[in-house]
Amino acid sequence: MFSIEPSPRSANGAGGEAGSDMSEVVLQQAAPLSVAADRTRVLSRLALVDRLFRQVTRAAAVIVLVILGGVIVSLVYGSWPAMKAFGFGFLFSQSWNPVTENFGALPAIYGTVMTSIIAMLIAVPVGLGIAIFLTELCPYVLRRPIGTAIELLAGIPSIIYGIWGLFVLAPFLQSHVQPALIAAFGDIPVFSTLFAGPPYGIGMLTAGFILAIMVLPFIASISRDVFETVPLVLKEAAWGIGATTWEVTRYVVIPYTRVGVIGGVMLGLGRALGETMAVTFVIGNAHKISGSLLAPGTTISATIANEFTEAVGDLYTSALIELGLILFFITFVVLAVARYMLMRIEQKSA
Amino acid sequence: MNAAVQALKEPPTKVSVRSLDFYYGADRSLKNISLPLRANKVTAFIGPSGCGKSTLLRVLNRMYDLYPGQRAEGEVLLDGENILDPAIDLNALRSRVGMIFQKPTPFPMSIYENIAFGIRLYEKLSRADMDARVEGALRGAALWDEVKDKLQTSGLGLSGGQQQRLCIARSVAVQPEVILFDEPCSALDPISTAKVEELIDELTHRYTIAIVTHNMQQAVRISDYTAFMYLGELVEFGETDDVFNKPKEKRTLDYITGRFG
Repeated sequence: MFSIEPSPRSANGAGGEAGSDMSEVVLQQAAPLSVAADRTRVLSRLALVDRLFRQVTRAAAVIVLVILGGVIVSLVYGSWPAMKAFGFGFLFSQSWNPVTENFGALPAIYGTVMTSIIAMLIAVPVGLGIAIFLTELCPYVLRRPIGTAIELLAGIPSIIYGIWGLFVLAPFLQSHVQPALIAAFGDIPVFSTLFAGPPYGIGMLTAGFILAIMVLPFIASISRDVFETVPLVLKEAAWGIGATTWEVTRYVVIPYTRVGVIGGVMLGLGRALGETMAVTFVIGNAHKISGSLLAPGTTISATIANEFTEAVGDLYTSALIELGLILFFITFVVLAVARYMLMRIEQKSA
Repeated sequence: MNAAVQALKEPPTKVSVRSLDFYYGADRSLKNISLPLRANKVTAFIGPSGCGKSTLLRVLNRMYDLYPGQRAEGEVLLDGENILDPAIDLNALRSRVGMIFQKPTPFPMSIYENIAFGIRLYEKLSRADMDARVEGALRGAALWDEVKDKLQTSGLGLSGGQQQRLCIARSVAVQPEVILFDEPCSALDPISTAKVEELIDELTHRYTIAIVTHNMQQAVRISDYTAFMYLGELVEFGETDDVFNKPKEKRTLDYITGRFG
């Protein structure tokens, strides 16, 4: 069983050491004969598993692309009749008449973009404020509870924001906030148009508010996470030359985390553009563009959600699908622009 | 030699640490430390890791104040004023007591802005004056010739040694009185280390310097006074030559000869 003939392995491998100690040589050389065979078997099995694993993960990645492609293809296919009927005019037409089957997307596009802008104008400063407070100023004992509360806010289903918006927020805005806005901006050009009465309660501004509340947790918690990546020693260096918390935040923390913050903001914007349920509740669903933010309007997703059950004609259905395609395109462009900006910033700072 | 003559020989004291205790929560990590930092001299702090050298440095500019549960007791006088007084303006204090860290910490902005940032916190300068101050600070840190053609590029693009000298320039630019170095060369190669040491030597003409180092030779090369600390206590303090050549304490001797630590 034990042999002092060198095995093929040790002949090239440990050959130089042979003879230094008899018993050790024997023990080292006896084992490899059978071990080598075992090992080959195990290795070939592992290689098989490895190949399988690679194929499975690759399939998973491919499926995502296939689904994405499928969505685009079916959207284009479904909206083809509307495209043929209205051409590019669909993008710029304000009419939305199911009876005469004359459709245009402009009010919905305008509403989608406008409500998202309002939401971001409110949510970005507030979200950054929350994140800065939590990372730089908040007493340690409060950090966890407040952080958790913000994350819970993100978990509330959007239908709840919708009913809350309709039954609580909208009446509140109608009776308290909107009259004040109308009065305050009544004499200032441009603003007097933006905040022209009457106070309906529901409308673009209310939808913007709801969206702001909904995207706030995303922006706040992502910003907080990226702020926490700033090396402590970098902040200490800034404090060390006498900078205040504001200066440390403004000139060190935010520049250092710019990329991540923009990413968080874009994620919030993506959600605001596509959010359906809560907006449908409070926007008023009027297919017209009004200069006033207090007036009812509609968004792409609200239009689709409201009308797809009653869309009887083929052209009507097709028009709704084309709206979906437009929304898809808008979010795609937003994400692409975000990527491009991030790329530019990374190149600049590198 | 009587005490008065001795006192005349000693350079004036810039910072005087008196019966200083420091606590991380309930842990007492500095025990009754008393020592002076002499004006325009380099004082080196040596001792094994965890002996409280860095902690002591962080007391001198109240950096510990940023963290809850850390507190100092005793007195630290900077030009006779107790900086542990809660009423003291921390931003003003930190502009007088600069700090250089173990790892270089350039801010995420251009080389020029890295220097100008600190100056702008305190002074409104014209463009030309600011340019002059930035150049002066970079020259002071022996960095000007290496970066003068790329002042607008990111400070993060410099080598480790250059970044560290940029940080020194940044500290110098706000015209502090004391500069604290917390193992400034531990992440640098020997050539960069030599440059930083040369620079520290230069800086003593204008500043009072305290440096924490694990490198005995470095302490001997650049310091005038040496404090040996062990387990939160100041074991020995004196002129560097004396501490290294004829230490009074056996523990000091053991440490500097590499017998423990």
